[in-house]
Amino acid sequence: MDFLKIKPIHLDVLREIGNIGAGHAATALSTMLNKAVDMKVPSVNVISFEEISEMVGGAENVVASVFLRIVGDAPGCMFFMLPVEQAEQLLEDLLVGQTVNLSNGDESDIALSALQEVGNILSGSYLTSFSDFTGLNLQPSVPATSIDMAGAILSFGLFEISAVSDYAIVIDTAFTDIERQDEVKGHFFLLPDPLSFSKIFHALGVPLDE
Amino acid sequence: MSEIIKVGIADINLVSPPNTIRTTGLGSCVGVILFDQVKKIAGMAHIMLPDSSLSKTPTLNEGKYADTAIKSLYDMLIKSGANGKGLKAKIAGGAQMFKFTSGSEMMRIGPRNVERVKEELSALKIPLLASDVGGSSGRTIEFNPENTLLTIKTVNAGTKVI
Repeated sequence: MDFLKIKPIHLDVLREIGNIGAGHAATALSTMLNKAVDMKVPSVNVISFEEISEMVGGAENVVASVFLRIVGDAPGCMFFMLPVEQAEQLLEDLLVGQTVNLSNGDESDIALSALQEVGNILSGSYLTSFSDFTGLNLQPSVPATSIDMAGAILSFGLFEISAVSDYAIVIDTAFTDIERQDEVKGHFFLLPDPLSFSKIFHALGVPLDE
Repeated sequence: MSEIIKVGIADINLVSPPNTIRTTGLGSCVGVILFDQVKKIAGMAHIMLPDSSLSKTPTLNEGKYADTAIKSLYDMLIKSGANGKGLKAKIAGGAQMFKFTSGSEMMRIGPRNVERVKEELSALKIPLLASDVGGSSGRTIEFNPENTLLTIKTVNAGTKVI
């Protein structure tokens, strides 16, 4: 994967994947919570490993996350990440009448299971639209959850990439509550494997110059 | 005033008192500290992958792989006046952040990193004095070259000193 071959049109194509994917996921989230959820314009960046953690408040910042591997024509990693307090609120909205505590390691099984299911539904709808849009065959692995330091979690998605590069292309879409626009509810990170980019670009009719 | 020297991902740095050295958010990555207790000089590497043969880049980032990072940390310490025979090691990290039912090789990267680090240390005849590896928690570690203590902070399992 040669980053020098990537032109603005390629970044636009990736941004559109983030737009369509997260748009569907936001609709799914909105239906689940029965309230309006807004989505920011996706950002597509070629960034160093250090900067990826900075996007979610630094390597040590504690986040709730759902991780899954994408398998099929264009493998990659996907993360749904949100601040712990936001995750607790989201789960309390879902598990009506329950108090959810995700910090200090005393999270309940039902809360973790609900978080995993939320991640499953959201990333499933993201991935389905990604697959429909590109015509590529893409399937999610069973999702895994973790509540821990952002840096420790994100580095897990970097192994495929790290053998090839010190930089990653990250497609990031942030969610906000429609009533509180300034407050970010969560992030979707899509990190395609290095070899997947040419397949994605090819599928969408903008191949990289060889 | 003492300051904290930072070590980024796939990075190597040296430290001497009164400063300390620190790396944040170790997941399946491994933090390796080599130190000379007499000369009071130490260094830390934040390793991502077990072996440089995995590299597919034209230029090799030595700090990224266990085999190359430990050798280059060793060389850096010797150049700065450390006694090669007096070097000792402490390591932390190598967690499995996520548990998957299908155990592909990629998911075992933490344990593989730890195994490789240990092999490299014994090849260089550097005794491993203490380690805190495995588990499923991310770690932030800070080493003090003055008393050679390594402080390990986790989100779910508290703080410990080795």
